[in-house]
Amino acid sequence: MGTPAIEIDGLTKDYTVGFWRKRKRRSLDNLTLQIQEGEAFGFLGPNGAGKTTTLKLLMSLIFPTAGTARVRGRSIDDVRMHREIGYLPEQPYFYDYLTARELLDYYARFFGYPAVERSQRVTRFLERVGLAEEGNVQLRKFSKGMMQRVGIAQAIVHDPQVIFLDEPMSGLDPVGRREVRDIILDLKRQGRTVFFSTHILSDAEMLCDRVAVLLGGKLQGVGAPGEIVSMQAYAMEIFFEMRDGRLLPSALAQHATKIGERFRVEVPEEQLYSALEQLRGCEARILSVAPLRPTLEDYFLKLVARDRASQHPAEPGDAQ
Amino acid sequence: MSTVPGVVAINTFREAVRDRVLYNLIFFALMMIGASILVGEISIGISRLVIINLGLSAISIFGLVMAIFIGVGLVHKEIEKRTLYTLLSKPVKRWEFLVGKFGGLLLTLTLNTALMTLGLAAALYYVSGNFLRADFSILVAVYFILLELGLVTALALFFSCFSSPMLSTLFTLGIYVAGIFSADIRDIGMLTRSPAMEAAARAIYYLLPNFHNFNAITAAAHGDAIPVSLIWQNTAYAALYAALVLVAASAVFSGRNLK
Repeated sequence: MGTPAIEIDGLTKDYTVGFWRKRKRRSLDNLTLQIQEGEAFGFLGPNGAGKTTTLKLLMSLIFPTAGTARVRGRSIDDVRMHREIGYLPEQPYFYDYLTARELLDYYARFFGYPAVERSQRVTRFLERVGLAEEGNVQLRKFSKGMMQRVGIAQAIVHDPQVIFLDEPMSGLDPVGRREVRDIILDLKRQGRTVFFSTHILSDAEMLCDRVAVLLGGKLQGVGAPGEIVSMQAYAMEIFFEMRDGRLLPSALAQHATKIGERFRVEVPEEQLYSALEQLRGCEARILSVAPLRPTLEDYFLKLVARDRASQHPAEPGDAQ
Repeated sequence: MSTVPGVVAINTFREAVRDRVLYNLIFFALMMIGASILVGEISIGISRLVIINLGLSAISIFGLVMAIFIGVGLVHKEIEKRTLYTLLSKPVKRWEFLVGKFGGLLLTLTLNTALMTLGLAAALYYVSGNFLRADFSILVAVYFILLELGLVTALALFFSCFSSPMLSTLFTLGIYVAGIFSADIRDIGMLTRSPAMEAAARAIYYLLPNFHNFNAITAAAHGDAIPVSLIWQNTAYAALYAALVLVAASAVFSGRNLK
């Protein structure tokens, strides 16, 4: 295996808080990660987990208290590293007196392209993010979704090998999210390494080869979405309809939920056939049977709940 | 201008132009026209003196206001709006960003000063109907104003690297005023007859930028020739001082966490 695209080794960041009585607050705690070339890597965690701190450390916008990181073999302190990366900050904002075309041209200038090539690139990347028509519109007239798209365009206008996106789907409508997802998939198909932070877990499940979960600045787990949560079904879900005048079998009645004309019931896997027998006995029409697997969201919520419980252990009087 | 600071400078200049910073020129033009008509009523000898004094003072004050108020916001605005995050993710070193910002504002101030000087020249021609050989001093005085503005911009940029725009404005203004009277501070130290006080006053004198030497408005108004040696001295002094301030600003800014 070659040099990893991103190597993070013991990255730690403390902030000093308080005016008179200064104290340290750890925002990121000894983060160690390796991301391979061509991987789409999801960085998950609730607000305040340390995701943005990690990205800012990697961009050298803030400096680590301890630890190091390298991107494609170059230290993050080395400005040449920035030739090979693209970065979209969280809730991006750009010079609103510029048009989208001028903004991309401005950023492309830092990579030394000749004027003709720069112009071609700008046109190509505006088309790629669906802003070909709005290229000459000043950014102050852009919606949030359009701003996000121009943000992605500036991150990839120089064809970087590694792209860092901080909450790229946040605040977007379903169409905007779909478009950003397609761009990420497209980058992945081209063999680029995409490292993106998100708290929208379904996006991570759909796009990522691997994910890391961060909570309170600490890494909780890293692996493929299927590895990090057990793929074994914990229950079976049955949707069915009852014929006119027929009653639900009593054993299922207490677990079933009526949704419109249909019923939904969850049964343990070993009781699936017995439940189906009962439904057949009362001539129910089976619409679907599907296994229920834990999602990344379940895993995530469980971690958050565990973290909160450890921070606020139940008082003896709480149960009363 | 294809270097990194050059690219940043051009964008800073474009921002100033599009944010209608140069609109103050309209006010300046109106003021010069009004003053020309007014002093046209006064005797011919004094009218030139008044126009030159008024024009150069206005160029200096307008420039100072722009240098301080835009200068203190140059870095702060980029951090506040987070535009700096994207910029620093490109192959841009922090000192290159600062030098670019400095260059961009200096370019704006130069254009502003050049246009105001044209306005002054027009007013002068309207009042006296000709230009004199001694009027060359006006251009030297304008050049000194530009050097002064460069120094003030560097100071404003330096303070904005670690303090809020409000504090940076106060610090820059404070240094500017103290810099005008730096020679007096030295003289006061000598009057105290205390070696410690004298040494302290002398240290302050050397540390503060000497803005007094950049004032050639009175000489220009009276048509006095300005020695060439002073032009060289002021140029070298302003360049060296501004460079040192920018080095200090880069050192401070390079270690700053952009939260």
